[in-house]
Amino acid sequence: MAAFFDFDHESLSAMNSVQTCDISLAVTGSGGAGAITAGELLLSLAGKNNCFGMMRRSFGPQIRGGEAAALIRISHIPVECMNDSFDLLLALDWRNADRFAEEIALRSDSVIIADPAAGEIPVAIRELDVEIIEVPMKALAKEIPAGRPNMVALGLLSHWLGFCGDEAGKLIGQVFASKGEEIIDGSRAAFTAGFTEPLIIEAREAKPRSECGEPVFAGSRWHFNGNQGCGLGAIRGGIRFAAAYPITPASDLLEWLSPRLEQLGGSLVQAEDELASINMVIGASFGGVPSMTATSGPGLSLMTEAMGLAVAAEIPAVVVNVMRGGPSTGIPTKSEQVDLNMALYGLHGDAPHLVLGALDHADCILTTEWSVRLAEALQTVAIVLTDQILAQSTVLIEKPEYQLPEISERAVAEPDEAYQRYEITDSGVSKMAIPGTASSTYVADGLEHTESGKPSTAAADHLAQLEKRSRKIHSFDYGEHWADVRGEGKTALLTWGSTTAAVREAGSRLRAAGHEVKVIALRLLLPASPDKLARELEGVERVLVVEQSHSRQFHLYLRAYYDIQAKTHTLARPGPLPITPAEIVEQIESWS
Amino acid sequence: MDKSTLQITVKPKDYKSAIKPVWCPGCGDFAVLNAITKALAFIGLPREDVALITGIGCSSRIAAYTSVYGFHGVHGRSLALASGLKAARPELTVLVAGGDGDGLSIGGNHFIHSCRRNMDMTYIIMDNEVYGMTKGQASPTTAPDWTDSKLTPHGTGIRPFQPAGLALTAGASFIARGFTGDPNGLAKILVSAIEHKGFSFVQALSPCPTFRPEQMQWKHHVRAFEAETTSNPIEAAQRIQTDDGMSTGIIFRNEYPVFQPGTGVDAGMGSIESEFTI
Repeated sequence: MAAFFDFDHESLSAMNSVQTCDISLAVTGSGGAGAITAGELLLSLAGKNNCFGMMRRSFGPQIRGGEAAALIRISHIPVECMNDSFDLLLALDWRNADRFAEEIALRSDSVIIADPAAGEIPVAIRELDVEIIEVPMKALAKEIPAGRPNMVALGLLSHWLGFCGDEAGKLIGQVFASKGEEIIDGSRAAFTAGFTEPLIIEAREAKPRSECGEPVFAGSRWHFNGNQGCGLGAIRGGIRFAAAYPITPASDLLEWLSPRLEQLGGSLVQAEDELASINMVIGASFGGVPSMTATSGPGLSLMTEAMGLAVAAEIPAVVVNVMRGGPSTGIPTKSEQVDLNMALYGLHGDAPHLVLGALDHADCILTTEWSVRLAEALQTVAIVLTDQILAQSTVLIEKPEYQLPEISERAVAEPDEAYQRYEITDSGVSKMAIPGTASSTYVADGLEHTESGKPSTAAADHLAQLEKRSRKIHSFDYGEHWADVRGEGKTALLTWGSTTAAVREAGSRLRAAGHEVKVIALRLLLPASPDKLARELEGVERVLVVEQSHSRQFHLYLRAYYDIQAKTHTLARPGPLPITPAEIVEQIESWS
Repeated sequence: MDKSTLQITVKPKDYKSAIKPVWCPGCGDFAVLNAITKALAFIGLPREDVALITGIGCSSRIAAYTSVYGFHGVHGRSLALASGLKAARPELTVLVAGGDGDGLSIGGNHFIHSCRRNMDMTYIIMDNEVYGMTKGQASPTTAPDWTDSKLTPHGTGIRPFQPAGLALTAGASFIARGFTGDPNGLAKILVSAIEHKGFSFVQALSPCPTFRPEQMQWKHHVRAFEAETTSNPIEAAQRIQTDDGMSTGIIFRNEYPVFQPGTGVDAGMGSIESEFTI
């Protein structure tokens, strides 16, 4: 069945004309109140009701017991980023609610659902003068054995969104299966209490109803976060060994990989530090097993020396770097696109390698799989860049389908008495002997070497090996996946990484408002594709570069590698708040 | 395995490469190379089933002088490289070698964690109490009053590490000390180390004739431990602490759980993909 988003969309539609039946809501509460659980269940329920959606979690700085917010967007068409503002805020309580004030932008026509027992509404919220529906969630829950206010809240929101209540009962049974019958029954009863609460029914009926069209896709949904997407892409690409050192926000990618690699006959080892994890990856890959690690900014800094070794010794290695606010410990739980410089330029010496950036959640799968295949084929390091917002937000989308170009597997040497590990070839790729292969023993070396691998300081050997390593990267045909290009127009929005979602949505809004806009998101960052971008920019008169970096790392990268003739502006601002579609639209509309 | 027949078919020189070492005349590391090749020939391991992983420094150049698979990595990280290789390829015989600076200073964290992890590999520290490749600086095993380094002209003033004691407290399951002046003794220790299941640590006293010429006198001080190998860590600690660091032999050996991941079978991708469907 189709979901009925009978929310008043008039004001929203005026601002955002391509989106209808598109609701953004936030559930907040102090630690243990269950805001996140309610949010996750609501998103799953949206999936069962044929909707699309996304959920971002926001936490205070406490390890446990801090306040939490589930930021959710639900739509009948696919969505990849959060919207500019929120239509509805449900506060389980008001403790430290001001901490989320920047993140949860409300409008005068937004609605707040709150518990009158939760105390006084904060001044900042009261000043907004928005409609407040008071429902005694705590009191309703108290009447039910093992009932909790967050499940009452889930019922209220499900009614508001017009979801089918039966699905909720099933979902609660699945999610709380390990918690026992009492919790399941209590949660179901609390959900029903919220779903049938006269206060919400009355408030809902007072709202104008605008029925949604049929959903664009009624099949089953995929529900995952970017870290899981990268993990899936990695194992699809053939990764069977990972080494790990915990770091926010990459730890959950490593935790996801651990049991799954084991299931595939591979393994994950927890290392003593990032220096060890990258070296373990290189050691395992030297042993013939496609290998990776995942980290974030500070960890990537520690890994750069060994990445230089992998380049010199020509050992395939994949590093997924989940960017967070920096420098130093920075804002580890929030997003920023600020490790681009390090990924591009952080290696010592002339060290040609691959840098790729995932563009959205589905693209985390594609880009990581592609990176693994490229690293294996080209016997080099591939750095995959994602960021906290991609990694830790969950989407509800159609199952991603993609077709990667045919890429040959790692070139492996047969037993050969005359074997030369670093043989100069036309492609630059030479066969790798895997330990266990008779007669082809060799020494992998970070010292410059001859074709056989013997250490050498000779100018001719250095030049020959530098050119070999460069040639294999630069003469390879990367095909059409270097970028994702949508639309045509004299105005181009040029971006990379997670800001792509907001840029695409801005592109849709601008087109709906009569602008002709082309959206170009670069997936392959190193090696750069200046000729391909030049072709895409033929006829383009103005380019807006969008990135989440205070120092404009992406713009400076474009200046270094590409010759952009069109007039260029930048929208570059730091985190931690995500760049919104409205900001991008505003930049184009005010560009005269 | 019948070692007596294999001894005839495989010779130590079969494990050597044609590359001439960069080492100075009289360097103890030549004897370590000989001891390794002798031990491999004695056990009769096929060359392709052995990997020798090294870091950076004079002694770490050893990988290139053997004919087994080798990896000459970055400074201090040989144990991490080796741990990844062993995790991914349990059937290989993994040897790791390097100097005292490589293993105990820049690589110190990997040393203690490798002892603790107890993967089945053999780690040889060629200890000459000096950084030779960078022309003579103090290492973590240098005496505090050694004043011949321009970097620390008054000596380091810091008491040296006791590598065997460090290995013991960090959880190594095999701890031995050999001397390059007795290459056959060292080779025998290496055979035991390679055959031991778990992390085997071998400190090889390896004089540096160039920057520590006084070490050429070590041959007059080195002698075998009087006591037999113990499996009791308290006895081992006592033996290490009461010794001047010049006694050789297998100090400690015990059976600790060996860490070896990745021995399961591939159950396929199917159920993993289906986790994503709601």
